Order: sequence, then structure tokens, then C-alpha cells
Amino acid sequence: MAEKPTTPTRVTYDYVTRTIARTLSTPSRGYFLLLGAAVALLAIGIITLLYLLRYGLGLAGYSHPVYWAVFITCFVFWVGIAHSGTLISAILFLFRSGWRTAVYRTAEAMTVFAVMTAGLFPLIHIGRQWYFYWLIPYPNERGLWPNFKSPLIWDEFAIGTYFTVSTVFLIMGLIPDIAAVRDLATGWRKKLYALTSIGWTGSNEQWRHYTRGYLYLAALATPLVLSVHSVVSWDFAMALVPGWHATIFAPYFVAGAIYSGCGMVITLLTPIRKLFGLEEIITVKHFENLAKLCLLTGSIVGYAYACEYFMAWYSGNPTERAAFWYRAFGPYWWASWTMIICNGFLPLLLWIKKIRTNITALFVISIFVNVGMWFERYVIIVVSLAGEPFTKWTNAVYNPTWADWGVMAGSFGWFFMWFLLFVKNFPAVSISEVKEVLPPPRAKPSRVHA
Amino acid sequence: MMALPKPLNDLFRPPPTPGMLAVFAQLDTTLDAIKKLRAAGHTDFTVYSPIPRHEIEDALGQPVSPVRMFTLVGGIAGCSIGAWITLWMSADWPIVTGGKPVGSIPPYVVIMFEMTILFGALSTILGILLNTLFAARRAGTILYDPRFTNDRFGIFVPAGSDKAAKVESLLRDAGAEEVRRG
Repeated sequence: MAEKPTTPTRVTYDYVTRTIARTLSTPSRGYFLLLGAAVALLAIGIITLLYLLRYGLGLAGYSHPVYWAVFITCFVFWVGIAHSGTLISAILFLFRSGWRTAVYRTAEAMTVFAVMTAGLFPLIHIGRQWYFYWLIPYPNERGLWPNFKSPLIWDEFAIGTYFTVSTVFLIMGLIPDIAAVRDLATGWRKKLYALTSIGWTGSNEQWRHYTRGYLYLAALATPLVLSVHSVVSWDFAMALVPGWHATIFAPYFVAGAIYSGCGMVITLLTPIRKLFGLEEIITVKHFENLAKLCLLTGSIVGYAYACEYFMAWYSGNPTERAAFWYRAFGPYWWASWTMIICNGFLPLLLWIKKIRTNITALFVISIFVNVGMWFERYVIIVVSLAGEPFTKWTNAVYNPTWADWGVMAGSFGWFFMWFLLFVKNFPAVSISEVKEVLPPPRAKPSRVHA
Repeated sequence: MMALPKPLNDLFRPPPTPGMLAVFAQLDTTLDAIKKLRAAGHTDFTVYSPIPRHEIEDALGQPVSPVRMFTLVGGIAGCSIGAWITLWMSADWPIVTGGKPVGSIPPYVVIMFEMTILFGALSTILGILLNTLFAARRAGTILYDPRFTNDRFGIFVPAGSDKAAKVESLLRDAGAEEVRRG
């Protein structure tokens, strides 16, 4: 990994260990307030879910022909959030990007918790949650197996694999850092970290197998991350609904996922950096690089929007044209234009270096990125189903109800609760990998890097 | 150290190995010591470092980790299992959907791909765990210092009382800031 001679000398190995280990000290009142807010949101979600269980999915706003709505929107939204974590931890690892080391742990933890959140929504959406295991191929009394030609089964395999692999990837990365924390901790924490670091000492044999294994895990996670959102997009693209049935969907969804994920990483890192005093480890440079990733993927998303509308017009297919006219100027025009402004035009601000290096501005933009990306999924799912050629079967304009919003609020609470618990109990920034990009202590100046 | 049940203790805590532990503050002095130890004919010593460094790997000259075989075998197994479950389950309950053949390969590629990744990743983890466990058992229970995960490098050289003095002077010559016996 490249060494940066420009790093200030104050940031030594010891400084890195102690600064990051300090983030695990007794939490402040602010932390408990945030955690309390997350748990309160989760409670709203749980109560709503209990109502849904008791009275059925009719409480959600479903109305013919819109039977995929906010729950599926949230599912795609959270899976999308998950993507930048693996991008930063695996793809940038293979590209040998030194800057990823300071931000990848946060992104990876975000990935795991976002997949955990996303996975709940198909279960909520099916209505009879107690039959979820029908998705799993198991020998049953009628000799039935799942239909492997259905994209929904591909999705189950893709999300299941993604959750498993991103979890083991996160845990693998954590082991050397937990060991570093173990060697500083006292009391019950020392016992916890001694157990969870499974005997890590940093011996040459451990590093030899670990670094090799990590390389292969990254190499496996790289195609996986690109496949997962492609498979999610095929849930739609394999159907014949105008607005869904497009070959552009896989790359379009993957770019959108990374765009929203980078947005969420910025949203999460800004308060963490402040709260934990990590300004010298997570620098403006890191934020700028994340903003550049947002700019790149946001531009791809904007291009995909343009392509969709162009293809609808250029195809000459009247139904396709009507569906896209409905999308832009129908009763849901506000959702479409929120999406186009937040995802198509807002990232263009990031061309300006002043904005890219201003953390407050980035924080605000990152929130709009996620608002925009939520609406993108809403537009694709709800508005395509409500629009042409289905309007003639519509009873009433679809609108989400309190049950939809309650479950969605609960999902944010669930995600932030896990994330907050994680950052206080395990190193939220990689200790060993941040050290890797520092010049190592030497008795004589290095011939290569001096 | 925590007490473990006896079978776990036998597995994870092999009998102690006598030897010398040196603590180094710099990377280049550590590398120097590794070269001197290898020149003096030592092969079974352990190097501790807070981060993986290619210089240490090069100085030790060890072969590439066998973990890659685990990845390969796991990946091939996953791909085969993916092909098997889709094709066999379709044949076991044949239903024609969408006018496609009962066993149609293109949609099954998705399952085969995901299973390749899943099994490849899990067997990679297994490979890391097994290989490090075997290495730890070969080395025996050896001295360790909590500073090795922070900012110090270390070398443990297995040595009986007859060779201890010689090893100690070699390590001190190389620039160790501290040498301990255990």
C-alpha cells in the first residue's frame, strides 16, 4: 500500500491506536440521546408492525393496481445503501486506494446493518411472515421446490449471500483491531475483546494467511456487490411493466446504489468524526474522495434518467411513451422531479472544489442524495404500477398511509440503533489499516520514501 | 488469561516453548534482526507486527499461503452445488413456466454465481482459521507483548538455555530495545 509522506508526524502508530480506542470509552449524553431516538423510532415501527399483523396489509395504502409500494421501495433503498460499503472495502482495496482505510470500517458496518434492514421488508411485504421459509429450498411433504426461473428466488440467494459475505468480511477486518483494543482495555471489556479477537497476536503466520485470505475475500466480494443490485433490478426488469422492462436496469441500479451509499457514508461519518474527535484520521481529503465517488455515480444515474426518457420517445411505442409522460407530468410529478433534481442535478454541484471540501455542504447534499434515491425507487415502483397502461383499472390514486410511514420510520430506527451500538463497542475506524498508510517507524530514513 | 474447558485448552493452548522475545521500535531494525537470524540458521522464529508489511514477508521468504486452495475448492464446490440444486430440483418437480425448458441454464447461472461466491468466501474463512490454528500449534505457546498490536515489532526465537545467550546478543546487536526470556 502506498505510503503518504505528507501525513503529519503527530499521527504515529501509537496516536492511531489510542485515538481510535478512545472512541470506545464510556458514552456521552449525546450518544444516549441519539440511541434513545433510534430506539423510539424502532418502537414506532414495531407497534405499526403489530397492527399490520393483527389487521392485515390492508392498513398499508395498497390500492389496485399498486401492490408493490413503500415496503418494496424501502427494501430497494436499504439494499442500495448497503452497496457503497463493499465498494469501498473490497473494490477500492483491489485498486490499492490508500484513502479507503480511514472510512471503510464505517462503510462496511453500514453495509451489514443496511442489509439487515433491507431483509425485513420482503418479509413485511409478504403479509404472512410466518411462511417466510417457503423461499428456502427445503424438502417438504408435497415435494415442491422453489421456481428457480423467478427473479425473486435469485434475489433471495443474492441478498442471503451478500449478507453472509459482507458480515464475515466485516468480522475479518475487525479481528486485528479488536486485538489492538484488547491490549489496551481493562475489566469486562478486556474479556469481551479477548474472546472476540480469537487469539490474534499479529504473528507473521497469522498475517501471511490473513492477508491472502482477505485479498480473496475482496476478490469474491467485488463481483458480488455488482451482482446483488443487478439481481434486485431484475426483480423489475424481468417483468413486462413499462418503466421496468429495460436492459439498462442493472448498471443503472448499481450506479444508483453506490451513489446513495456514498451519500449515507458522508451522512454517518460527519457526526462520528466530530463526536469522536477523529479529525486527524478522517480528513477533508477523505470526504472529498467520497464526494468524487458521488459525483461519478450521480452522473451515471443522471445519464440513465436521460436514457430512459430518450428510449421511451425513440422506441415509438405508445404505451412506453404514455408511461413516461405519466411519470413526469402525471399525479406523481412531484416525486419524479424530486428524484431528477436530487440525483440528476444536485451532484453536479460537486464539480466545484469549494463545495467538495466543505463538510457542512457535503452533509446537507448527502441528505438530499438519500431523499432523492428513496424517491427514485418510489417513482420506479409505485408510479410505473400506477401509470399507463394501468390507469384504466385504477380505483383511486395510490397514497401511502400511516402504516407505511410507521414501518419506514421503524427501519431507520433499527438501522441507526445497530450502527450506534456498533461504533461504541467496536473500532469504527480500522486501526491496523490506517497504520498501513503511515510511514513505519525506522531508525534510518528509508531509501525509497525519504 | 481466561480458563478454557480442557478439550478447548488442549486445542488452542499448546504447551509452552522456551525462548527469547525481543521488542523492536523500528521496522528496519526488525528486518535486520530477521536477516541475521536467518543467516545464523534459525527458521522457526515468530515475527510480530501491528500491520502486515511486505518487507517482513520478503525477509522471511515464506511460500504463498495455501488459503488460495481453499478459495478455489470452495468456489468450484459452490458453483457445482448451485448447478445441482437448480437442475435436480427442476427435474424432481417439472413445471413448464414461460414456455422455457424445465432445466434452463441462463436463469440458473444467477444461482450458480451466488453459490460460488458464498462457498468460496466461507471456505476462505475456514482456510484462514485452520492455517493459523495449525501454525499456532506448531509454534507452541510463546511469549507475547501487548505492545505488538500498537506500535512495536517483536521477534520470538525458540531457544533452550544452551543457545539463549547467543540469541540474546544477536537480537541486541540488531537493535532490540528489550529482550526477555520465557
